[in-house]
Amino acid sequence: MSRLIRLDQTGHTELARWSPGDPAALAQARAAMDAELARGYFAVAGEGTGGAEQVRELPADAELVILRRPIAGG
Amino acid sequence: MAAADQGLPLTGELPELADVPWRPLADERTLRRADRRWSTWTIAQELPLLATAAGLPLLSPILIPMSLIALAFAWFIPDLWAAKGAEVLRPPPTQADDGGAQVRALGLLGDLVDHEARELLTRTGLVAERGRLGVWLIGGKGAVLVRGHGRRVQCYCVRARGNDLPPADRIAHLLLALRADERGFATVANLSFSGARWRLARKLPEPARAGLRAAAQIARQENRREVSISS
Repeated sequence: MSRLIRLDQTGHTELARWSPGDPAALAQARAAMDAELARGYFAVAGEGTGGAEQVRELPADAELVILRRPIAGG
Repeated sequence: MAAADQGLPLTGELPELADVPWRPLADERTLRRADRRWSTWTIAQELPLLATAAGLPLLSPILIPMSLIALAFAWFIPDLWAAKGAEVLRPPPTQADDGGAQVRALGLLGDLVDHEARELLTRTGLVAERGRLGVWLIGGKGAVLVRGHGRRVQCYCVRARGNDLPPADRIAHLLLALRADERGFATVANLSFSGARWRLARKLPEPARAGLRAAAQIARQENRREVSISS
């Protein structure tokens, strides 16, 4: 089961779960991700403990997609 | 937040690069240039003070106290820069009652890293990450890049926007951005110190110092591995 998570002030919030074989859940996850992207979040698809890929569309086969806020030099 | 509306690349490049279009994309060459610039600047600041410290006693022994003051300044100025660099590894302020947010954030961060990094996170509150440019030590207010044989460091001030995030979430933000685009990460971040690791270590609290030692050790291992592969 894949998960869409948003990093926020609560630690993190799970916004959706889906599996590639469940089009309804996938559509729901895509809608949730689009709503957060519109709010200014960026999406990163996790690749286990070693990698991450910046994405703009929900990859159906990703295990974990994390929504993060923008970063800036301090 | 504006970058989200400007046609993000589908994958790869860090979207925040749109906020700093004037900066060249960081690579080995730009990092070396930054190191040289910092060294030159430090020498330019030190030379007049050292010359003053050496010259005054030659003019008159009564000027020895002034010479000592010039020597103290010569020591103090690079120390000030190192203290500024050390800020990136200091823990950000936390809310007394965050409703368990930090624990939840730590749980997720622990899932994002391997066993070795998780152990270091538990000990120091920092995450070490191997990159192509060097070994990164990530804190809540920025990251330190340890390069070469682990003797030289660059401190980068960078943070997730918003003050309401728990500290572990701040590290997770930086880790994800770094993994998505290391060169973009080093470009977006502000360089606050470049210099010797020992000088930075003196300004750190013990847990962060232990983290820096671990990052330097990883950098040395990586260096040895690269040498053995190339020979």
